[in-house]
Amino acid sequence: MKIRLWCASFAITAVAATAACGNGDSGSSESGGGGGGGDAKTLTYWASNQGATLDVDKQVLGKELAKFTQQTGVKVKLEVIGWPDLQNRILAATSSGQGPDVLNIGNTWAASLQSTGAFMPFDKAALDAIGGQSKFVDASFKTSGMEGKDPTSVPLYGLVYGLYYNKKMFADAGLQPPTTWEELQAAAKKLTDAGKGTYGMAMEGGSYTESIHFAFIFGQQHGADPFTKDGKPQFTTPGMVAGVKQYVDLMSDGVVNKSSVQYKNGPEAPGDFAKGKAAMLMSQNNADNTLQADGMKSSDYGVVAIPTKSGNKDTASFVAGINMSVFKDTKNKDGALKLVKFMTSPEEQAILDKPFTALPVVKGGTVNFTDNPAEAKTFADILATKSVPLPLVPAEAAYETNVGNAVNGLLAKAATGQKPSEADIKSALQEAQDKMASAG
Amino acid sequence: MREPVSFRVFRWVVVLVLGAFTLIPLYVLLSSSLKPLGEVQGEFRWWPEHPTFRPFVDIWSTVPLARYFANSLVVCLVATLFSVLIAIFAAYAVSRYRFRGRSLFSGAVLSTQMIPGILFLLPLFLIFVNLDKTLGTTVFYQTRVGLIVMYMTFSLPFAIWMLAGYLDGIPRDLDEAARVDGCSAVGALFRVVLPAARPGVVAVAVYAFMTAWGEILFASQMTNTETRTLSIGLQSYSTQINVYWNQVMAASLVVSLPIVLVFLLLQRYLVAGLTAGAVK
Amino acid sequence: MSVDTVETPAAGSTAAAPAPSRPRRRGRRVTPYLLVLPAVVLELLVHIVPMLVGIWMSFVRLTQFFIANWSQAPSAGLDNYKVALDFSGPLGKSLLHSFGVTLAYTVLVVGVAWLFGMSGALVLHRSFRGRGFLRTLFLVPYAMPIYAGIMTWSFIFQRDNGLMNHLVKSLGLGDGESFWLVGNNAFASMAIVAIWRAWPFAFLMLLAGLQNVPDEVYDAASVDGAGIWKQVRYITLPYLRPVNVVLVLMLFLWTFNDFNTPFVLFGPTPPRSADLMSIHIYGNSFVSWNFGFGAAMSVLLLLFLLVVTGLYLFLTSRRSRRA
Repeated sequence: MKIRLWCASFAITAVAATAACGNGDSGSSESGGGGGGGDAKTLTYWASNQGATLDVDKQVLGKELAKFTQQTGVKVKLEVIGWPDLQNRILAATSSGQGPDVLNIGNTWAASLQSTGAFMPFDKAALDAIGGQSKFVDASFKTSGMEGKDPTSVPLYGLVYGLYYNKKMFADAGLQPPTTWEELQAAAKKLTDAGKGTYGMAMEGGSYTESIHFAFIFGQQHGADPFTKDGKPQFTTPGMVAGVKQYVDLMSDGVVNKSSVQYKNGPEAPGDFAKGKAAMLMSQNNADNTLQADGMKSSDYGVVAIPTKSGNKDTASFVAGINMSVFKDTKNKDGALKLVKFMTSPEEQAILDKPFTALPVVKGGTVNFTDNPAEAKTFADILATKSVPLPLVPAEAAYETNVGNAVNGLLAKAATGQKPSEADIKSALQEAQDKMASAG
Repeated sequence: MREPVSFRVFRWVVVLVLGAFTLIPLYVLLSSSLKPLGEVQGEFRWWPEHPTFRPFVDIWSTVPLARYFANSLVVCLVATLFSVLIAIFAAYAVSRYRFRGRSLFSGAVLSTQMIPGILFLLPLFLIFVNLDKTLGTTVFYQTRVGLIVMYMTFSLPFAIWMLAGYLDGIPRDLDEAARVDGCSAVGALFRVVLPAARPGVVAVAVYAFMTAWGEILFASQMTNTETRTLSIGLQSYSTQINVYWNQVMAASLVVSLPIVLVFLLLQRYLVAGLTAGAVK
Repeated sequence: MSVDTVETPAAGSTAAAPAPSRPRRRGRRVTPYLLVLPAVVLELLVHIVPMLVGIWMSFVRLTQFFIANWSQAPSAGLDNYKVALDFSGPLGKSLLHSFGVTLAYTVLVVGVAWLFGMSGALVLHRSFRGRGFLRTLFLVPYAMPIYAGIMTWSFIFQRDNGLMNHLVKSLGLGDGESFWLVGNNAFASMAIVAIWRAWPFAFLMLLAGLQNVPDEVYDAASVDGAGIWKQVRYITLPYLRPVNVVLVLMLFLWTFNDFNTPFVLFGPTPPRSADLMSIHIYGNSFVSWNFGFGAAMSVLLLLFLLVVTGLYLFLTSRRSRRA
């Protein structure tokens, strides 16, 4: 007994001691970078969670990657990572240089992650190796990195926002799907019956990512860019303020259930829409998954582009989606590029877009995740003609949190009965901008 | 002693206020876990209209609760074991020896309690990640081993302090006698002192286990899908396609029951250990 | 189940300082060091070294541009601290706000938790019907895993389906449509949850402390004709002093560093009114990827705690020496 205890304690001491030593020299050996989890023959691939569950993704991708191994002889070790983990894992990989060979990133992070210098730039040769820049849908490819630099990611799955509307509720009220923002507001008002608990619009009002997306989209409609040409934040321009106001006013006007400021996990707003508690929902096309899981059929809802105030710019979405990057330290650049080429090939896109409710990011693809042709056409049009990328500046991630949280605060204010004025909005945005500036 | 009216009134007020304050959330927890999803989504009702045990069945399939449970159990048990063992050695040294650095050691150990977790979360993250890089394989970052190493250290300072206080109260003659009989220092510790200090050891074990079982901050950064423990895993009921409040309550109940029972069974030891430390 | 079945040896013991063991052999001099070695190594690995690294981080510009190569991050000098302490700048202002919220939260939670714990201990120290049940019940919130308790409260505070609004409405105190987890109410909600969780610990410690007050003192006092309240004032409280010193310090440190309550109630970005220091720093580091700045704020937090704790221990020990 006694001896065993001593052994155990020494074992743990030994582990801890080597650990402490390891720490000592890790600082100096930093820049070398081990990189590439796998050996030269096997690639490690971190896939983001796109389907209903991690297991679904594992099955779908496992099957496709087996094909890839058959075609190229390159083995792939797949790990599907849930969204709450992905950013931390990338952060850890970046700060240690110990990452996968190939990974998925949310495309809005493209520039922020590019600035860490941990990803391989796709130069002309690399782009040619994966089939050339020209194979990608132009709008999607714009998200691949900062302007004027070799991109560090290429598009993989396309997503855009659309306005979902409940066909039956609209028909019962004798309404047509809105084509202008004014029509949307009028319809929302008409469809709201707070007494019965039904509202015109569903909203994920506690989610800072949703808030920043709409602040951006509506700001764009008013012709406002959040950053100057040289990457300085300019959040308080009249257009930016008007854009935020357009979104927050939905709450102030009472056409959104006030409780939605508590929604922040993602499924709540689509849930309200699916249950007929809200007649409209502004969401990315992968909402189809949630809506159908909640019991809606694709014929129960229609989708149109998010409308704009009469006379404003016709931007209905930003180019959302998932990009693919290669870690700079990979020991198998060839294999990694082959995998990127494979995943972005028209054949694979056609297969993967279905379970992942994604839009094709290569030219000539068709939207196949829905059996509703009108919906398919709408989303394809929005991506091709009505979408702009989020700002491709290193500070994008900080912009998302600071402005997103500011808008959330305004929504909370609106829900608790103090309608935020233009001055309120401006000062909230000013604060967000100041935070960006002094964080430097 | 005779109790004046004022004290009886005071007792009633205290019992009512504190009783309700404690009991109501526990009641909500229990009653909501027995409701179907529809009932927890509507306005609050005191009684389940259609009581059901379904939530207790569904919790295991909605999220991989069994895996979180197993992770928590393994991590917490191993961390507790080592924490207690290491604390026993250290407390014995502090209580029975006068050595250079003794007060520095006890002072420094206790003052680590003051360090805000957030200060060493980021560095520990970098250290673990870079250790793994040096070792060439994942040993610490987002693994059970990493969690165990952290959790056994988190409870260590308080455990040492509590145990040292307890050992101080055990007559020195006891181990001196054992030493005269030819025991080594460690022999005396295990044969004579520890049996006498059993309540203190149990108290420390309960404390260490509870500390690990409820830890959230480090688990939020230092676990992944595979190694996720209950503290973060339980929150995933709200990120499914529905917010399953009935299942959240059922799962909370399930993960609470074992530890609450163990605690209530062993609380007298904890009290003894706490007092020994506090009045030292 | 009873607290008093276990003797508490330290209470009766007179051995305040450990008697020195005379070193007879060289081995004996090494033994204590061997005994504390595992603890020292672990403390170094998990607490001390990371703390030092954290202090180093606070002096460098560790942003997204340098995390891939963090040992090469350029020195920031005192810039991170200057930004944090520039209370006219937005980041300093929000840190100051967070500090104020945390201070108010700590005072409220520690104060009420102590009051509840003391009242509960005073009442349950004397025997009456139902005492055993109540004692067990009171300990449950503390025994439950933190997150389970907080999630229960989070459900109670939901706007549409929570108990809180239901109570407010049925008691006629309001329309039952308030937000408890959004806006200014969030602070009160968070404090209620923390008190619910913390007071049983105070209760546990104080009840144990009460059992160490010798009965003879009370007996002597009642012979002198002192009523029950006088006894509490002049006997119980002074006797509990050592327990209180430790208890209040522990509650203070736990509450001031509290991360769990806001994180489980609100997620990584709580409402302004509930923006406690720990989660404020967490958000600024992990959500905004500005680790140097986050580290600087953490160091400031640590310094504050050090000063307060040092001052507290100095004052309490001086008073007890005089007493």
